[in-house]
Amino acid sequence: MELKENTGWTINEMAQKVAMDIHDGAYVNLGIGIPELVAGYIPEGREVIYHTENGLLGMGKVAEKGEEDFELVNAGKKYITAIPGAAYFHHADSFAMIRGGHIDICVLGAYQVSADGDLANWSTGDPNDVPAVGGAMDLVAGVKTVFVITQHNTKNGESKIVNKCTYPLTGKNVVSRIYTNLAVIDVTDKGLYVKELAPGITFDYLQQNTDARLYQYQTN
Amino acid sequence: MINKVVHSTKEAVAGIFDGATILISGFGEAGSPIELIHALIDKGSKDLTVISNNAGSGNVGLAALIENRQVKKIICSFPRTAISFVFPEMYRSGEIELELVPQGTLAERIRAAGAGIPAFYTPASVNTPLADEKETRIFKGKTYVMEHALNADFSLVKCHAADKYGNLIYNKTARNFGPIMCMAAKTTIVQARKIVEVGQIDPECVITPGIFVKRIVEVSNPADESVLVAEKRRYPWN
Repeated sequence: MELKENTGWTINEMAQKVAMDIHDGAYVNLGIGIPELVAGYIPEGREVIYHTENGLLGMGKVAEKGEEDFELVNAGKKYITAIPGAAYFHHADSFAMIRGGHIDICVLGAYQVSADGDLANWSTGDPNDVPAVGGAMDLVAGVKTVFVITQHNTKNGESKIVNKCTYPLTGKNVVSRIYTNLAVIDVTDKGLYVKELAPGITFDYLQQNTDARLYQYQTN
Repeated sequence: MINKVVHSTKEAVAGIFDGATILISGFGEAGSPIELIHALIDKGSKDLTVISNNAGSGNVGLAALIENRQVKKIICSFPRTAISFVFPEMYRSGEIELELVPQGTLAERIRAAGAGIPAFYTPASVNTPLADEKETRIFKGKTYVMEHALNADFSLVKCHAADKYGNLIYNKTARNFGPIMCMAAKTTIVQARKIVEVGQIDPECVITPGIFVKRIVEVSNPADESVLVAEKRRYPWN
């Protein structure tokens, strides 16, 4: 079956799905790019504190034009703001929060996720690329729950959810849940279970467009 | 009498020798000690090993130091940004060596150096290429990789305010690597936006206690790297 572009949920709808799964009171680290959208969809009545690994707990919105402070940036080096009650700290403390298991949830992008929850999101292994890793390996090693938000397939139609990652790993067996434009998928000890399908997407269609084996939760 | 204040960036970087290992603060432009780096370019010390989170932008600051062929090796976590081209080009042509380190491991290796800890175990990078050929050990059923401290001869750090004892405070997320880099070098050199009288920094609010700092120079209007990059400026100044 031909995979049509823009099938299923939009990026914003995917971000909204992630936001619904972030509990009140959570300390959350959002990766660079699509994960940043999640902050815009936290339901009213929930208070979430955002950590940015370059040294701020209590990250606020992106700075308004003309209000940018060159010394107040997020991990993506965007000019941001700090909320009342925010705290600044140095890098070793910041990664103590991460590695020490103090951050509840992080949301990351992916090149590939495997059936075992292995994540590849820092290098395609192309020798012409300058390798860069940032804080991704520390995040997946230390944060309690790792969510991945990504398009289900690459622009060439290849499945990003694979039996085994072919790109260099960021971490092994670290992802809890995957949010794609086609589905929300739980990574469990027994395999990948489809939690929710995007409107108009059938399980069979999803499986045809997924390299890894998928399972359906039994419904009564 | 203790007075760590020097009167020029030239004086501040005196003694930085060829082959030195240098910690340079900053996360992108935030906290990058551009004026000290430019003084080091003027000085011309060569074969440096630089430890910094990034590898510079445009043709100023750290990128200019690399472009001036003074750096033989960089140890960092993220050596590219949207506007970095000096390092990527030299890396691809084999003119500069890169040791890529996960950001948290980089921070902890620096902190460990300052705290007198030669090595430690971390879960970050286990089962990835960055742990290849490194010693691992299992604690309570989980695998960790051993990482070594990153001691340096010098550190170049930017802060907000300093007193003559070397007590420092920082500004927002420009703090980043500053405090741990001050701890990890034999000679820590700091540029401060202002130098204040002893006693003006509340002891409860001191972020870097003066014991970690050797030299301070006031740079009251430090350049903004992104502005220089947008204006396509190049150091030495074009």
